Amino acid sequence: MKTLLAILTVVGAIMVIWYAAAVPMNMGTAISEAQRAGVEVTPPEAQVRRDMSGTSLTLKNLGLISATWELKRPRLPAPHQVAIELWDTTAMKKVNSKRSLIYHGWVTLSATLLGFAFGTGLGILLAVGIVHSKVMDMSVMPWAIVSQTIPIIALAPMIIVVLYSIGIQGIIPKAIISAYLSFFPVVVGMVKGLRSPDAMQTDLMHTYSASQAETFWKLRLPSSLPYLFASLKVGIAASLVGAIVGELPTGAVSGLGARLLAGSYYGQTVQIWSALFAAAILASVLVGIVGLLERGLLRRMGLSR
Amino acid sequence: MILVVCAFLAWAVGWTLNLTLARDGVAETRAAQITVPVIFGVTVLIMWELIVRGLQVPGVILPPPSAVARAFVQNGNVLWVDFVQTILKGALSGYLIGCGAGFIAGIFAAKSDFLRRGLLPVGNFAAALPIVGTAPILVMWFGFDWQSKAAVVTVMVFFPMLVNTVAGLAEPTAMQRDLMHTYAASPRQSLEKLDLPAAMPFVFNGLKISTTLALIGAIVAEFFGSPTVGMGFRISTSVGQLALDMVWAEIVVAALAGTAFFGLVSLAERIVTFWHPSQRS
Repeated sequence: MKTLLAILTVVGAIMVIWYAAAVPMNMGTAISEAQRAGVEVTPPEAQVRRDMSGTSLTLKNLGLISATWELKRPRLPAPHQVAIELWDTTAMKKVNSKRSLIYHGWVTLSATLLGFAFGTGLGILLAVGIVHSKVMDMSVMPWAIVSQTIPIIALAPMIIVVLYSIGIQGIIPKAIISAYLSFFPVVVGMVKGLRSPDAMQTDLMHTYSASQAETFWKLRLPSSLPYLFASLKVGIAASLVGAIVGELPTGAVSGLGARLLAGSYYGQTVQIWSALFAAAILASVLVGIVGLLERGLLRRMGLSR
Repeated sequence: MILVVCAFLAWAVGWTLNLTLARDGVAETRAAQITVPVIFGVTVLIMWELIVRGLQVPGVILPPPSAVARAFVQNGNVLWVDFVQTILKGALSGYLIGCGAGFIAGIFAAKSDFLRRGLLPVGNFAAALPIVGTAPILVMWFGFDWQSKAAVVTVMVFFPMLVNTVAGLAEPTAMQRDLMHTYAASPRQSLEKLDLPAAMPFVFNGLKISTTLALIGAIVAEFFGSPTVGMGFRISTSVGQLALDMVWAEIVVAALAGTAFFGLVSLAERIVTFWHPSQRS
């Protein structure tokens, strides 16, 4: 209860700051529009206004403050404008319409999920290999760790274009980017997890004369799950970023990344913000689903904290 | 075809070499631990080179490593200018501002239980968001030059830093706090002598996560508009011209910069948190 109150306070404070910041940022545009509509503004010369800061313009035109929250193309849209746009483009449009954010979200989400499934599957396989083969561990593991420190997302435009030139397009290139972004976190986390049973536990399995496969299924795999889920949460967020970035370089026409790009070409700020929030909501829903799975599974296994 | 066979031969040689090095007794030496991944990396490069040449893969699909190396050497000047623009101006300044702001905000947030309860979930939520998406907005606000890239990086690194600082400052136990109280330490003194040192492992964790985020932010932000210089700009235009050797050369620069950046922060961590169990071997 107390936590909820605290969160609401913080969110409320962010809203207040947001509305307050929108006033000076949009004042210039608001004044120009008001003048065109025939309203008295101070100072009347556009030349003079250009050299003044947003704050001083605001102080001279207090009557226009509410207008800064209703502009068509604001520099910073007010929260309710974004909310209305989100509502209009999700609930009010047909799902298969090109202007529906659900449609664009689904395009991105399908690439994300496909890539995430591939990346996670391969990551787990590689981790199993690493844990069971010393030479693989020694050769591959350092590279997997180093790869975490480099911005591999820079490969994204190249992958899209190269695959396009050999005739593969659509969902696959984006899914590949998503896959390799989620791959390395899963490898590193899963190796840590499969190694987490301590000497006592492996000794016990040894005492039972368990085979390597039995040790794997009954001890290593179950005890790796908390680690796996921690990296799945990182991985699915990275997958989504990968799918969004994968939509940028080819000028894709559908997907959340395409909405961001189109918005920035045509100065449709409200569209950018609503696409951004749609991506944020999608990310938190995905992480939330992984979290729920984690809670449910770990509780059934008696591992929940 | 012979080249492809050679490639698999090279693989066999490299793998056998590694198998011998990974035997018990040898594997524990430091030399083996460095040689084995190096051999693996070199084998992969040799295979890449031989297979690309053997199957005559066109350079617009996958250039051989030798072509990448040539592009790297021939375009040294361009790569350096791009490095300065993207890494030094964009990523590094944003990193310093964002991490500094996150750290200071974390210290203040940790002071009040109410703020911590409110900020931590919001910060965790924000840290998982696809914040690179703010790039088009920030490019619109701050222009095409490095300032907008620094702004993207600032936003990206702020929340991981905030969350880690707050988590770190919650680290000292009640016993330790009581001891500071017994010494009649002022709040400032206990912050300097107890809370901040105890928080350092967490702070450095945030700093390390942020190095990669900073490079990602600076490069991806350039896809949304940049002056005619910068790594992200060069990557997207070279891809358009199908000059893939140049793209790979930029990726090598990004990889080197990322590793060096991370390495520097880890070095600083080792110096500052020398007392922490994970740093003592």
